[in-house]
Amino acid sequence: MSKLLFDPYVALVLVGFLPSEVWRWLGIAVGRGLDEKSEFIQWVRAVAIALVAGVVTRIVLFPPGALASVPLSVRLAALTCGFLAFYFIHRSPLAGVLVGEAVLVAGALALGG
Amino acid sequence: MSAPAPERPFDSATAAFLFGARTAATSVFMFVITVTYIGFGALCHDYGLTVFWAMLSTLLLWAGPAQVILVTALGSGSALIEGALAVGLSSVRLLPMVVALLPLVKRESTRAWQLLVPVHFMAVSVWVEAMRLAPGMTRERRIPFCNGIGTMLLTTGVVMTAVGYYLSAALPALFGAAAMFITPLSFLVSTARNSRLLVEKVAFGLGLVIAPLLAYERIQLDLLWTGVVGGSLAYGISRLRKVKT
Repeated sequence: MSKLLFDPYVALVLVGFLPSEVWRWLGIAVGRGLDEKSEFIQWVRAVAIALVAGVVTRIVLFPPGALASVPLSVRLAALTCGFLAFYFIHRSPLAGVLVGEAVLVAGALALGG
Repeated sequence: MSAPAPERPFDSATAAFLFGARTAATSVFMFVITVTYIGFGALCHDYGLTVFWAMLSTLLLWAGPAQVILVTALGSGSALIEGALAVGLSSVRLLPMVVALLPLVKRESTRAWQLLVPVHFMAVSVWVEAMRLAPGMTRERRIPFCNGIGTMLLTTGVVMTAVGYYLSAALPALFGAAAMFITPLSFLVSTARNSRLLVEKVAFGLGLVIAPLLAYERIQLDLLWTGVVGGSLAYGISRLRKVKT
């Protein structure tokens, strides 16, 4: 059913592995000689955190594939409830993840059915 | 961040590795990786790929969002270069993560090639646990500890890819959406948990806000800019506060 234009294993290496792994290799080149207390590292940490946070709202607001079938309001509500659960239940990431997922599934069933 | 007596003095590298594996097994990420890769395995099945390809992709990429993009690009028959660019852009986060972690874990004697395997394990899950716990260890135990976390989570990811592949027909319709949602949700709460300093909290908040604005305006390289702009602003703000006080 899929219409592959090239061998899937060649694609796995050229389109998947290399474009992703190159960032890890670059990280070795840049980070290996640095001191953990340097100002540059403090800045890089801030960049990394902002980037990971950016991935969060990017995926939730502009979702891939199956997630796009869940209404935006449900996605946002689930993310918010997950964060609140984390914040108020002993800062437990598991609490946040479980509550967020429960709200997503319940909301999708309620609004989708 | 100054290290007085280490909280966890391990007798051997093996002990540090096993502690890493145990840390991973009991962390929220064990659940997150399980759900993510069951969803990914099922996605590969739906796209007509083989189970071996699916497992190899988890082993080689070890980056959830990039793997979903790769499979979708393959299925839609989009151009090789377009797919590679999309995968590359979605994994930009790995660069600052590796740069921020390496000075914390490497030793003077560590060669670049010796870091290839430890950095391959690098993912938000491994990063979050390593940044949190590695400072409490003596330096020579930090890389084995990171390898322990990475080995446990990556092995789980590969196994769950196969499980999801074969379960695909039995999974409820919503499972795919729930599996894709667990990535941003777990990034959100685990990064919030690790953000204790002002600079970290500001970077976190700015990242959440800037990324969708840039994506909405269709700015090229939106995630890269989110990191650079949000991180630099947060760093600048915390510097100004330090100067004042």
